[in-house]
Amino acid sequence: MSTIKKFLYVNRKAPHGSIYALESLEVVLIGAAFDQDVSLAFIDDGVYQLLQNQDTSGIGVKNFSPTYKALGDYDINKIYVEKESLELRGLSKDNLMPLTWEDEDDDWAEKESIHVVSSEELSDIIEHQDIIFNF
Amino acid sequence: MKFGIMVSEGPYTHQASDTAYHFTEAALNNGHEIVRVFFYHDGVNNGTSLAVPPQDDRNITTRWSALAEKHNLDMVLCVAAAQRRGLLDKDEAKRAGKDASNMAQGFNISGLGQLIDAGIQADRLLVFGD
Amino acid sequence: MTTLHIINKSPFERNSLDSCLRLAKQGSAILLIEDGIYAAQKNTAFGDKVATATGLHSFYALTPDLDARGIDKDSIIDGISLVDYEGFVQLTTECSGVQSWL
Repeated sequence: MSTIKKFLYVNRKAPHGSIYALESLEVVLIGAAFDQDVSLAFIDDGVYQLLQNQDTSGIGVKNFSPTYKALGDYDINKIYVEKESLELRGLSKDNLMPLTWEDEDDDWAEKESIHVVSSEELSDIIEHQDIIFNF
Repeated sequence: MKFGIMVSEGPYTHQASDTAYHFTEAALNNGHEIVRVFFYHDGVNNGTSLAVPPQDDRNITTRWSALAEKHNLDMVLCVAAAQRRGLLDKDEAKRAGKDASNMAQGFNISGLGQLIDAGIQADRLLVFGD
Repeated sequence: MTTLHIINKSPFERNSLDSCLRLAKQGSAILLIEDGIYAAQKNTAFGDKVATATGLHSFYALTPDLDARGIDKDSIIDGISLVDYEGFVQLTTECSGVQSWL
């Protein structure tokens, strides 16, 4: 059995103004099949990727925001959002999509995937990763 | 040490591909192993066979091709990103009903799984982007 | 071993330097490359912030990028070590992980 590595996917850019948010999510979904220890971090404008009520019909681009809801199906449940980034933008967890996953070790109880963390906590999380992707 | 290299921007517009190249070359010259150079986002444009840059400047694509040949590097363009941006090898072009292909020497098209695999195989993953 | 943080954008263009300094664990290695090297200069609005940060982290700047941009090595903040691409590679072998602040 090979060692499981800690993979962190870091997102710092807003959605739709550039392709990084969409193509980052595509990596995460493909990566889910590889059974590594996956975490996602949303920092700075990256927090905007998780905002509710995105309607892209007026700008004529694909609305991929519903795809974040699928992360739970792949047991990707360590989604860290930096508190300071939210606060600077006048946001709180309530503005974000309610992402959840079902814990099979807890009778399939539905649990929250998004964890709002302080800069210090996120700093610790970053420090303990093996492989860090940035988009 | 084993390195995975991710190039996230195309040639010339950003310095990312240049920096990635110089890092990769230095790593190889110091006896390290490059698991894979994976081109994603606009980075797939590094693999075009149709670029005709000015003669008095570096040719980013052929420079990568030459490095790959010298060191037997595995250079991969992400298939999804490549299709989106019109980088096609002969098989992809045929499959998509296109009348031309434009993959430069030394570059191969493959899936995002190869990027994840590079992360798994390598000791360090370096991302060069904007 | 600690994380190697790489910053490639000018602090006047992006908030990469600020975000890095906010989230880098004390004792990290921070490498300035490409346009990120502008943060290495003494006499900018970021000079004091970076000089203070050199007390918390090991700072490096990539010399080919300084030279390309006509930045005099005498104008670099004390406490920032200069490295070439070989030195860049060496830094990656001495850290436990690499974080590129794109």
